[in-house]
Amino acid sequence: MTLPPRRTFADREEVLGAVMLAPALAYVILLVGVPFVFAILLGFSNATAGSLSFGWAGLHNYRAILDDPIFLRALRNSVIVTVGSQVLVVILATAAAQVFRAAFHGKRFARFVLLLPWAVPVSLAAIAWTWIFDSTFSVINWTLKAVGLLHGWLYWLGDPALALLAIIIVQAWRIFPFATVIVLAGLSSIPQEIVEAAIVDGAGFWRRLLVVELPLLMPVVAVAVLFGVVYTATDLGVVYILTGGGPANTTHVLPTLAFQRGILGADLGQGAAIAVFLLPFLIVVAIGMLRLAHRTEVGGAQ
Amino acid sequence: MAGIEIRSLRKHFGDLHAVDGVDLSIRDGEFLVLLGSSGSGKTTLLRMIAGLERPTSGEIHIGDQRVDGDVPPRARGIAMVFQSYALYPHRTVFQNIAFPLEASRTPRKQIEEKVRWAAELFSITRYLDRYPRQLSGGERQRVALCRALVRDPKVFLLDEPLANLDAKLRNTARDDLKRFQRQIQTTTVYVTHDQVEAMGLGDRIVVMEHGKVRQVGTPQEVYEDPVDTFVATFVGQPPMNLLDAGDPSLPPRTLTGFRPEHFLPQSVFGAGEDLRTFRFAVRRVEYLGSDRYVYGSVAGTGAPDATIIAKLPATIALVIPEGETHDFAVPRRALRYFDATTGLRRTA
Repeated sequence: MTLPPRRTFADREEVLGAVMLAPALAYVILLVGVPFVFAILLGFSNATAGSLSFGWAGLHNYRAILDDPIFLRALRNSVIVTVGSQVLVVILATAAAQVFRAAFHGKRFARFVLLLPWAVPVSLAAIAWTWIFDSTFSVINWTLKAVGLLHGWLYWLGDPALALLAIIIVQAWRIFPFATVIVLAGLSSIPQEIVEAAIVDGAGFWRRLLVVELPLLMPVVAVAVLFGVVYTATDLGVVYILTGGGPANTTHVLPTLAFQRGILGADLGQGAAIAVFLLPFLIVVAIGMLRLAHRTEVGGAQ
Repeated sequence: MAGIEIRSLRKHFGDLHAVDGVDLSIRDGEFLVLLGSSGSGKTTLLRMIAGLERPTSGEIHIGDQRVDGDVPPRARGIAMVFQSYALYPHRTVFQNIAFPLEASRTPRKQIEEKVRWAAELFSITRYLDRYPRQLSGGERQRVALCRALVRDPKVFLLDEPLANLDAKLRNTARDDLKRFQRQIQTTTVYVTHDQVEAMGLGDRIVVMEHGKVRQVGTPQEVYEDPVDTFVATFVGQPPMNLLDAGDPSLPPRTLTGFRPEHFLPQSVFGAGEDLRTFRFAVRRVEYLGSDRYVYGSVAGTGAPDATIIAKLPATIALVIPEGETHDFAVPRRALRYFDATTGLRRTA
């Protein structure tokens, strides 16, 4: 077989690259970029579902939602749920990673079980959790009572504070397997000799974890948390299925409120305004975390 | 300050006997080198002394404390320097050196003093605020030594600390290390596969192979009086020549060994010297500046094709043409005899 003597199409990287990139680019532009721009435009309009009229409303939608106690409550809930669940995730993931680093029987099976929450569809998992938190059949209440820790009765999804806690638990449960895998990968990238040096230098478990391992894990943890923040802050399913925003609109987060106002309430403009409200904050958070990850990047110290 | 006693120490990894019954007595203040190729068990032995590896059986005593079993590394009074130096990349040089002191809850002021003292000793004071990644290999090595030093250990354990330095730096680092150890007189166990390092640093050398100790002795003893053919060929570069000379005066199956630097043209020896002469068929001459290596074979022996090497210092200007046979000789006092079957030394 002779090779073509002249430069072929496959040799021309600049053309080939563009051609191969095009489908992915088209997909992102059409299905993410365009709707995204629409959403921003809608936020400044008085468009409604069921009508093709489109008029500029300026900042009217934003002024309206900022005066709306339900929106402010949803905004607060969004922040609480996101921060709360991520704190929980970091703690759980670090602990789980320590467990999975050790060698034990049934490790593969345990790892498979660990990853399940992440692989299960949100809606399915949320429905299971509604039973766990059910006002009559709550497994948690039953267990607490059986152990003798609970004397009254907890109405998980009927009490605003408990309902928020329930949402945080489910969000953390959903994200933490993924974070564990990331932290585990990060742990295995710490040179064994550094850990051993810390042991010989006399550092106990906590000093090793807090002073050596966690700082070295910062870049990966930052990435895991960044993913977690985005997943949680933009998630509609868990709250929608678990509480539907209730009781009395006290547990709405921004996505569920946007859905209720924009789609169910047909006020597309306001729905869009709610939906994109968090965008600037998320961008700032993302940039901050990536900076942090980059600054603490110490791998390849050679 | 403390010596180390090791008694029938074993470490098995499944079927692999990494350390296979080692008895060793390390004196207080001694610089002991564990020399062996990779897989000889020298690092595993060091890691067991450190407490990073648990012995399968046997005893380790540091000073008057028995430490095999449940004594953790931090309670053994040891400090260790790793091959990669294992500096904490996210901590400055100061914080690296201070780490063991923080771990032992030393008061702040004392930490400051000790770190400065150690940094001064290794002249790295001006790097204290830098991060390890901003330092050269030699500087990192000195930081690692500082970190080991500030703990006032009873024993220093060094795992090939010079292996990652370039050749030029290694010489000065070796000298620094030896001077430093003489000064503080702390018992030191040093692992290396480099025999030049072992000879240059060790008060005594432990030659290891397949998890067993082959010989313990001063560099001179190990070099001049190897106990078996393994040590004879492992120590020394080029290795000791071994051949079945077929001398009728020797018992059958005896190997005669001599160092290449003792194997010289007969004409360079004085008249009174008691010599064993050989007809040396020269194949090739390698010019190395300070020395010449002459490769060839010796006729009339058990294995006439075996390569014999002569090492001629530059002070012998004699022309040795390749392809010719010359009269070479070894002083009889430099001959060593080994049993061809067991490899062990014979007095004959």
